[in-house]
Amino acid sequence: MIPELGHFALIVALLLALTQAILPLIGAQRGNLTLMAVARPAAQGQFVFTVIAFICLAYSFLVNDFSVENVASNSFSQLPEVYRFTATWGSHEGSLLLWVVILAFWTTAVSVFSRHLPEDMVARVLGVMGLISVGFLAFLLTTSNPFDRLLPAPMDGRDMNPLLQDWGMIIHPPMLYMGYVGFAVAFAFAIAALLSGRLDAAWARWSRPWTTVAWAFLTLGIALGSWWAYRELGWGGWWFWDPTENASFMPWIAGTALIHSLAVTEKRGAFKAWTVLLALTAFSLSLLGTFLVRSGVLSSVHAFATDPARGAFILGFLVLVIGGSLVLYAWRAPKMLSGGGFTWFSREALLLGNNVVLLAALGAVLLGTLYPLLIDALGMGKISVGPPYFNAVFVPLMAPALFLMGIGPLARWKEASLPDMVSRLKWALAISVATGILLPLTLDGFKPWAVFGFAMAMWILLTVLIGFRERLKNGARLSSLTRSFWGMQLAHLGMAVGVAGITVVANYQVERDVRMNIGDHTELAGYTFTFRGTTEHQGPNYRAARGTVEVSKNGKKLYELHPEKRIYNASGMPMTEASIQPALFDDIYVALGEPLDEEAKTWAVRVFHKPFINWLWLGALFMVIGGFLAASDRRYRIAVKAAAPAGAAAQGA
Amino acid sequence: MKSRHKKLLVILLGLSGLGIAVALILNAFQSNLVFFYSPTEVAAGKAPSDRAFRIGGLVEDGSVKRDPDGLTVRFVVTDTAKSMPVVYKGILPDLFKEGKGVVAEGKIGADGLFNSTQVLAKHDENYMPPEAAHALEQAAKAQQTLAQ
Repeated sequence: MIPELGHFALIVALLLALTQAILPLIGAQRGNLTLMAVARPAAQGQFVFTVIAFICLAYSFLVNDFSVENVASNSFSQLPEVYRFTATWGSHEGSLLLWVVILAFWTTAVSVFSRHLPEDMVARVLGVMGLISVGFLAFLLTTSNPFDRLLPAPMDGRDMNPLLQDWGMIIHPPMLYMGYVGFAVAFAFAIAALLSGRLDAAWARWSRPWTTVAWAFLTLGIALGSWWAYRELGWGGWWFWDPTENASFMPWIAGTALIHSLAVTEKRGAFKAWTVLLALTAFSLSLLGTFLVRSGVLSSVHAFATDPARGAFILGFLVLVIGGSLVLYAWRAPKMLSGGGFTWFSREALLLGNNVVLLAALGAVLLGTLYPLLIDALGMGKISVGPPYFNAVFVPLMAPALFLMGIGPLARWKEASLPDMVSRLKWALAISVATGILLPLTLDGFKPWAVFGFAMAMWILLTVLIGFRERLKNGARLSSLTRSFWGMQLAHLGMAVGVAGITVVANYQVERDVRMNIGDHTELAGYTFTFRGTTEHQGPNYRAARGTVEVSKNGKKLYELHPEKRIYNASGMPMTEASIQPALFDDIYVALGEPLDEEAKTWAVRVFHKPFINWLWLGALFMVIGGFLAASDRRYRIAVKAAAPAGAAAQGA
Repeated sequence: MKSRHKKLLVILLGLSGLGIAVALILNAFQSNLVFFYSPTEVAAGKAPSDRAFRIGGLVEDGSVKRDPDGLTVRFVVTDTAKSMPVVYKGILPDLFKEGKGVVAEGKIGADGLFNSTQVLAKHDENYMPPEAAHALEQAAKAQQTLAQ
């Protein structure tokens, strides 16, 4: 009964989405206020019904209703309750449902926080978001119904993929989707602006906080994903340049370019066409990411052939959205007048330079991700593009990006003076170069990339500090600095922290695979690891060999680590569960390989010393907080108050 | 320098920067592409001898042997038509098993052994790495045409 209710709620949501898409768009075109007024209630109603559908699915998972196919394939009666709940979005169908719920959430948020916007703008934005929702709901209902029944119902489920049974995976997908789908708001604003032909600084000010919040969520989602990979995959890596990772990274790069370009459009009225194009790009890449991860095309392009309906639907939708928006762009963009001239050396020019570098990096990632798929689809053989390619391209491209990141915020709008900048920054530059050269000397071995990384991290740190000092010298107090300034500074500082972390861990981590018998010990980075054997361990839905590894330093015992080798009951799948002792300056990471003798006394053990790895996620956290701070800046709220009477008057008219 | 000239200079600088970026990307792309060959193709001498590539297929039953150091593993990858001996030092992925699909990346050594630097077995109990499936498919096709 409950699954049918969920199915029914989805159908109602689709009807509401259709209403929300069609009527307000017609109303906005004709200036009909009654039709435009449909947008808000339809959007909010759609949200209610998608949430009902979601609750119904979650309920089916929680009560182990294995007559629902989705539950039977992705859950298991012995699965702990919290994972039964998160299994709701662990499958293809469930995660698309989550996508739709989050889209409806964003739409509702826009409908609530848009009272200061002109009615036709709201109608168009909500209408466009309704169209997107129609696409996804139709996809869910026609090809991926999460409520399909399985008759006769099996006795038990096939269990959730063990890798997903981790709390990083509980929050990673919702955060990632908040980011992905959040770019739909920026996209809808851009389309609305193109439709109405009203593309001005006010438009940029409206869409800016939404975009920044979406970007912050995406940053958080990616960071959580990387943290999960580090802890769960047992390889100790934090980024693999895997297509699924690239799928989320590409919209992030485009989004980063977008929030910077929006700043110029808001402050100076320049780059309008460019900003709109970036908004379209960011969301198109979000859709592409969803498509890559959800269509099964990554595991094999031929997955398409086994389930052509799904693949063809998403591909068609992708072509429609990207193609349609680009046609609209080509038609409307030339009519937009770009205001605010600037010279070749100004904050605008520097931000533009940074945008170009970011897009070059984006192009490189896109090429490396799609080319193997293309070659395979054309039947021209199988190739893979691995981390060496991405590292060889991405790291050098980051050099100009990080360098410009230091200068940009300190340069004046419109026209900056080169000699002035040189005199303000010469010390920072000298100290950064010196740090880059000297710091690696104190560490284990001189690595050229470490020189580069340390210099860049120091450069960003110093320019952030200079930014504060100059403001304070000009009479500002710390308390009088705007939140958007704090946000920017914090996000940039986060970049410095992250770059420092990546530099250290990529250049100075050490790992060792050793064969260990009970009582054997090995040394790594000054720590001594002693293997104390394994014991049988019974988990809620798995059995495990649980190892004990004693870690000591200078003869003093520090702590014990307990890496596990698990076998999951339902699937029979083996899994390595690493044991990690985290700290601000270094992580100790131990994983069990496989038993090397019959009695399982000797094991292959992998030990890692990971210095500064947590700085990576710390840096990402700074960026996230910075994003939220900037989006909560007073001027966006002042705009609400100042414009409220005008909006009310327009409504009354 | 007039501002018009300055503008031109900046545009030229920008374009050359972009050119360098593109050159960098394409060069890295060229030198880091990893091609895939099935054991049959390797046996036919199609695989390169100087650069790394991937092979895939099934881990032959009974072929997994460990050296006394416990960490060096030898096994044979087969596409059921031809097979290829592989040597790898390190910890194998969780789903590495005899009779199951596997993909290995590495180079052919002077001794004819495939020196693997990375062994991949995807994380799903009935999941076959796509490349391994491809190799088996091709071998099956080749055998069918032979039978006819």
